[in-house]
Amino acid sequence: MAGLLLQIVQGLSLGAVYAGLALALVLVHRFNGIVNFAQGELAMLSAYVAWQLLDAGLPFWAALPVTLAVSLVGGMLVERSIIRRVEGDRELAPVAVTVGLMVFVNAAAGLVWSFAVRSFPNPFPAALSFGSAQSGFSALGVLGVVAVMMLLLHAFFRHTGAGLIMRAVAADPVAARLSGVRVGRVLGLGWGLAAAVGAIAGILVAPLLFLEPNMMGGVLVYAFAAAVVGGFRDPVAAVVAGLGLGVAETLAGTYVAFVGADLKVIVPLLVIVAVLVLRRGPAGTAGTAGQW
Amino acid sequence: MRHGNDGREGTGVNAVAQTGHRRLAVGRMAGDRRRVWPWQRTTLAALAVAACAAPFVLEPYRVFQLTMVLVYGIALLGLNLVVGHGGRVSLGHGAFLAIGAYIAAIMTGRLGVPYPLALPVAALVTFGLGLALGRPALRLSGPYLAVVTFVTAAVVPPVIKRFGTVTGGSMGLSVPVPSPPSWTGLAEDQWLYLLVLAVAAVAFAAARNLLESRAGRALTAVRENPAAAEILGVRPGSHRALAFGWSAMYAGVAGTLYAWVVGFVSPDSFTVTLSIVLLAAVVIGGPGSLAGPLLGGVFVTFVPAAAQRAGDAIPGIVSGLLIIVVVCFAPTGLAGLLRMAAGGVARRLGRG
Amino acid sequence: MTGGMSYGAARAVARSTPRGAARGPAVRGAAVRGAAMAAALVLVLPLGGCRLTGGPEAVATGSCAGQQVTGITEDTVKVGGIYPLSGPASAYGLIASGVRAYFGHVNDGGGVDGRKIEFLVRDDGYQPARAVEEVRRLVELEEVFTIFQTVGTPSTAAVRDYAGRRRVPQVFVATGASRWGTDGGYPWTIGYQPSYVAEARVYAQHLKETMPWATVAVLYQNDDFGRDLRDGFADAIRGSEVRIVAEQSYEVTDPGVQGQLANLASSGADVLLSVTTPKFGAQALAVDAAVTSWNPLHILNSVAVSPAVMETVDTGKVPEIVSAVYQKDPANPEWEDDPAVEVYRRSLLSYAPEADPAAPQTVFGWTVAQAFVEALRRMECPTREGLLEAVRNLDDVPVDTLLPGITLSTGPGDGFPIESMMLARFEEGHWAPFGKVIDTRAVFGPVRTASEDSPAGSSAG
Repeated sequence: MAGLLLQIVQGLSLGAVYAGLALALVLVHRFNGIVNFAQGELAMLSAYVAWQLLDAGLPFWAALPVTLAVSLVGGMLVERSIIRRVEGDRELAPVAVTVGLMVFVNAAAGLVWSFAVRSFPNPFPAALSFGSAQSGFSALGVLGVVAVMMLLLHAFFRHTGAGLIMRAVAADPVAARLSGVRVGRVLGLGWGLAAAVGAIAGILVAPLLFLEPNMMGGVLVYAFAAAVVGGFRDPVAAVVAGLGLGVAETLAGTYVAFVGADLKVIVPLLVIVAVLVLRRGPAGTAGTAGQW
Repeated sequence: MRHGNDGREGTGVNAVAQTGHRRLAVGRMAGDRRRVWPWQRTTLAALAVAACAAPFVLEPYRVFQLTMVLVYGIALLGLNLVVGHGGRVSLGHGAFLAIGAYIAAIMTGRLGVPYPLALPVAALVTFGLGLALGRPALRLSGPYLAVVTFVTAAVVPPVIKRFGTVTGGSMGLSVPVPSPPSWTGLAEDQWLYLLVLAVAAVAFAAARNLLESRAGRALTAVRENPAAAEILGVRPGSHRALAFGWSAMYAGVAGTLYAWVVGFVSPDSFTVTLSIVLLAAVVIGGPGSLAGPLLGGVFVTFVPAAAQRAGDAIPGIVSGLLIIVVVCFAPTGLAGLLRMAAGGVARRLGRG
Repeated sequence: MTGGMSYGAARAVARSTPRGAARGPAVRGAAVRGAAMAAALVLVLPLGGCRLTGGPEAVATGSCAGQQVTGITEDTVKVGGIYPLSGPASAYGLIASGVRAYFGHVNDGGGVDGRKIEFLVRDDGYQPARAVEEVRRLVELEEVFTIFQTVGTPSTAAVRDYAGRRRVPQVFVATGASRWGTDGGYPWTIGYQPSYVAEARVYAQHLKETMPWATVAVLYQNDDFGRDLRDGFADAIRGSEVRIVAEQSYEVTDPGVQGQLANLASSGADVLLSVTTPKFGAQALAVDAAVTSWNPLHILNSVAVSPAVMETVDTGKVPEIVSAVYQKDPANPEWEDDPAVEVYRRSLLSYAPEADPAAPQTVFGWTVAQAFVEALRRMECPTREGLLEAVRNLDDVPVDTLLPGITLSTGPGDGFPIESMMLARFEEGHWAPFGKVIDTRAVFGPVRTASEDSPAGSSAG
């Protein structure tokens, strides 16, 4: 029983990271209609930025906002310089460009920081014991940060003018444009926000998985599965699915004999296929698309 | 000519398409088949002669490289049917390559079947799989297909390892190199090259025929405007599924040839990186053209090896940047650039 | 198929220029061209056998008559190595730096028997197919004398068929899979480091001696490396009271091993055997530290050891970390004044300043290069066959950066140069060897079989 609890907590802490990255994927897709294959690598890049700041002697809670700001601006720059050229194109161009970005960022990080594994300080106290089971505070901390992030985003979209404008653009860009909204800026801001959310996921996951350029490769697969559950539109569903996937993956690896630890990676594929089959009809429109 | 809506996209995509943030893809229009180079047959004949003569004048290593170009060329030709001609993105063709390669490895290496038999078996199996998977897969809208195929590619190595009794697990399998019949007097690498060249020639001719047939034109129609095509009586589903089957078959055949040429298959040869490399090569070579896959094969074979000289991480940086630059500034790829250059030269010659 | 009506329609939709009208002949043209090409091939075939480039292999005369002397002259020897300089395993690229430093050092001292070593490094990104391509480049284009090192089991396995066919020695491969030493079908390929089985035996021996009733939890990478070590360990504890009570595997593509560790922790085993690569080894150490109710003896296999990983260990939370070692750790103050380590540090500064001297991979490269040079010196014929003869008949050859008491020995039926190791405890930022050198061959007998066709699927805990 204690073992089960421990596994669930470990699953949740990884799941929260999947959720964070899935949230970033959803944000990008809602504004640009693009699935960003480079989202994981951008998050990895943000984690390296944070690492560099920490290495320079900044305390963690000072490095965090700086990293988020850098990621926000970086995301907007990427959108402006590259993504804008393929917005509105059909499948191939956006996928190809983000895949290219993924390859490029991965190699560039390897060039700058090498492929060696680095430790990343954990912002949360290391250990906490409850009952007979013991586990990391970090697991709860990660969950807490993701929850706060969700609330902040919700508040931003619901209760600020900028949020209202962004929702208008996501709902109907043409109408928004006709009403005088500068749609281009909003789309850029969408990318920036997504990059910042991804940065949080990257910073949360770095102490767990250790920092290296390929850190997010495995995470991206799970984040995709979570985002698919949310139809790439519904942030709440994506986050819940991310958490669920973390737990399901941990438990399936242990308790489902056929899956076993070596085939855990099949779990996200099964989830995606199941969702797409069950949803039938045009995918992507189900779920509570009107959230936020 | 371009419509952002294929009838199934989420609203975000359409809407963005109408806000002015898009760009015309010049030269990618289906009907743009104007002949820009008047000496096509002569050029092709010259190329064919050069291709046949190459193994006799080049060093063995260069012959090997050319063989790899052709192998990748065949795989890319297949992927191009889906990506370039069908307008859909598959990041999972590495899986079909793996199936073809493992069929060759298991049949010739483990069961001792004569090697030429692996080719039709691999072709049939992958064609069937592609046809079966194609229909449900291509019904997925927008980016879902890319996501599903990406995740599938990620699952390939662990699955190969799981069935280790058949596949040799993570240690991989050695594949006996097809030895040339003694009457030819050819060296191994020359024989392999000619073998691959023959398959490639058939593959390219077949692809050309396919694309020129009504099925090929229907495919283009569906890519350019599914709704209009459907109104006109083209059934998008069946054409796309058939294209997917052909595409998988090409990848499977390339996989078998790959196993022969490399002489070794292992799960690490078929990671998601391979699928990414294939997509990159299609994009850089030139989606929707026949020369594109060959140029893509040249890219895959030569660029990483050359970029390596500049530094360890440089191949990745070069490939990543090239994809972005090509998509943004030359969406017709190297083939398009070649076409433009050829057009320029032809005009100048014509004038002079 | 669509009907005639739709055909016309599709045509109409697909075509926007009138110039594409006469397609029929072109279609036939393509088919004809394909057939013509095939016919051309058939015509060309009988002409084969001749090649305008490349002469016959260079062979020696005199007492070594008939042996290959490609890549070796009176004053140079050309050596090619394939390392993962890019990609996920590029941490092992450091090996090449260590090798380069030693070769530089040797060349400065006049080379080996007057021959300067020319070392060509190629990158395979840890992909077997690229390794095959690079080995062909090295052998066919650069015409190297020998392939000195391929890294990792997949690349090595991919290359060895070719090496055997071309009769090019593939010496001292940087992987511990036991098959390099046991597989008689590949005489041209030979390993170097202690096999994973030997390493597993050292751990088993230690447990049998100090914790005879230990329960063991095993975390292993699901590939040849992980399975080799796990199977070797299970073999070595057979007949003792040491038992494996829990096992979990992971894939290199998994994001993390948190779930597996949680599972293992619930077994409450006395010992955690972590058969991992650096990233996952570090994760396992971190989880072990975080789970305060479980404090097993943490055995970290040597593959996972790297300075970056050990930096992160909170020794207060993971009380005892043990690994097996066979080379000197430059970070250990014991070797502060050791002349061999002194030369190593100095040469590294001048020939490979980018490399971290404390990284075991760098020391590994330096040490294996030294072993290679020893083998070159022992060649009776300066030929490929002569090198093979030399590496297959090493007799207690000392190498000064190996731990005292550990030497290189090979012989007929024994393709494992190093089979002795010591245990070391991680303390104060370095590995401190303790106990005596364990000669696994003397204790357990020769490594019998490679775990070649070990059935998969037994991993599900």
